[in-house]
Amino acid sequence: MLKTGFLDLIKALKLINLVNTLALQDIQSRYRRSALGPFWITISMAVMIACVGVIFGTVYKIPIQSFLPFLATGLIFWFFFSSVISESCSAFIEAERIIKQQPLPFFVYILRVVLRNIYIMAHNILIIPVLFIFLKKTISLQILIIIPSFILVILFLIWIVLLLALLSARFRDLPNTVSSLLQVIFYTTPILWTADLLSELFIFNLLKLNPFYHLLEILRSPLLGTSIHLKSYLYLIVLTFFGWIFSLIFYGKYLKRIAYWL
Amino acid sequence: MTYIRLKNVSVDIPIFNANTRSLKKKLLRPLSLSKISQDKKGIQIIQALKNINLNLTEGDRIGIIGANGSGKSTLLRVLNGIYAPTSGQILSEGNIASLIDISLGMNSEATGVENIYIQGQLLGISKNIIKENIDKIIDFSELNEFIELPIRTYSTGMCLRLGFSVSTLLQPEILIMDEWLSVGDANFSKKVNSRLSNLLEKTKIFVLASHSKDLIINNCNRVLWIENGSIRLDNTSKEVCEQYFL
Repeated sequence: MLKTGFLDLIKALKLINLVNTLALQDIQSRYRRSALGPFWITISMAVMIACVGVIFGTVYKIPIQSFLPFLATGLIFWFFFSSVISESCSAFIEAERIIKQQPLPFFVYILRVVLRNIYIMAHNILIIPVLFIFLKKTISLQILIIIPSFILVILFLIWIVLLLALLSARFRDLPNTVSSLLQVIFYTTPILWTADLLSELFIFNLLKLNPFYHLLEILRSPLLGTSIHLKSYLYLIVLTFFGWIFSLIFYGKYLKRIAYWL
Repeated sequence: MTYIRLKNVSVDIPIFNANTRSLKKKLLRPLSLSKISQDKKGIQIIQALKNINLNLTEGDRIGIIGANGSGKSTLLRVLNGIYAPTSGQILSEGNIASLIDISLGMNSEATGVENIYIQGQLLGISKNIIKENIDKIIDFSELNEFIELPIRTYSTGMCLRLGFSVSTLLQPEILIMDEWLSVGDANFSKKVNSRLSNLLEKTKIFVLASHSKDLIINNCNRVLWIENGSIRLDNTSKEVCEQYFL
């Protein structure tokens, strides 16, 4: 079963051009009728960062210079995680017409969701250099670490997308559950608040199990120039490895049922 | 060698309702005290195909006839590789194209040209081949300057013309159709028919589900009569049509 799932992935990777066409098409059709296109999200993201930054920075009495970059990077990456995960629920459902007409490797639809959100994030990420220039914040060569971090993040997300896409095709109440769960994760992950605000509390040890905390850490710290924790990488690599095995077995087992579920 | 072989193929299609679609209900079922919800799995099943044995080889021009709901479309989907048999086995060799839904994957916000690329790639045609043939496709569709407009501005006929031009670009070894395509006005129809006949001539296996006696007799040399998910008759088109179309 692991093999079935894996072969499907390989076949889909050969169709990467098709995945790219579909992903770009999704973005274009979403924003085609607006003059600014996907930059609408960038603007609303920037406004949100500014508002939250000023308010929470004042509440926490943290200087804006250090809070804003933390918040901006956190929100932008969180927006990426949460849209990948929530859209994963409809990966197969939205492709029903294609699935029922043309046999393609199902991983195509998984990669499509991930890729289109990478494109959207690429728009949002422009906020970061602008903000850094504005705040006169310097970056070091440490920023290069973001490349392996990003690859790890994508690999981590894919097994979740795979699992949720499959389950949601069968159980239609799952997407609602997932979106409420994402809300909970959003507030329990240091995005709007910094980890050192809570680090003295015992409960923080529990929050450290939250993989999203580590996903954010490995993306944020290369940008912010804070120390990078090897433990976060190790924890995520282990989770990714077992997550993939579990998802691929599950996927290989039910792959052939997807067309019947839609 | 081009062939499709079905061995004892059965297809059960699950019919889901709000209860069986719910993960919450499934997880809570063991805890539930109500007797109704403890019914096995609780999913209704329709047996759409029962123990189909079929051997399609080169030169076969298969017509599929049968009443509505007899399993014709399900059989087409099995042949096409969409539905994996619930039990039994399917073996096939040769690339398969289906002209069941020729507006496959079309995006109403995208322009005609963009849709050519989307649909073409979905059908497994590489970007380069589409690029090489794009003028040919546009010419055939007769959409002229409309090709640069989003297809939501098209009429139904124009959409079909575009879809047809793309989906018949490549010559498949196995061609599957659900009813004959009627696309566009009288003039365009002529072009469609001549292109389809061309494809048909070169295709090694052709499968057509239809309710029309003339179509079946004119295009097929072998006919399957499907009834309640089983093959009732499998013989030359003349033989079967005589019995089916009394």
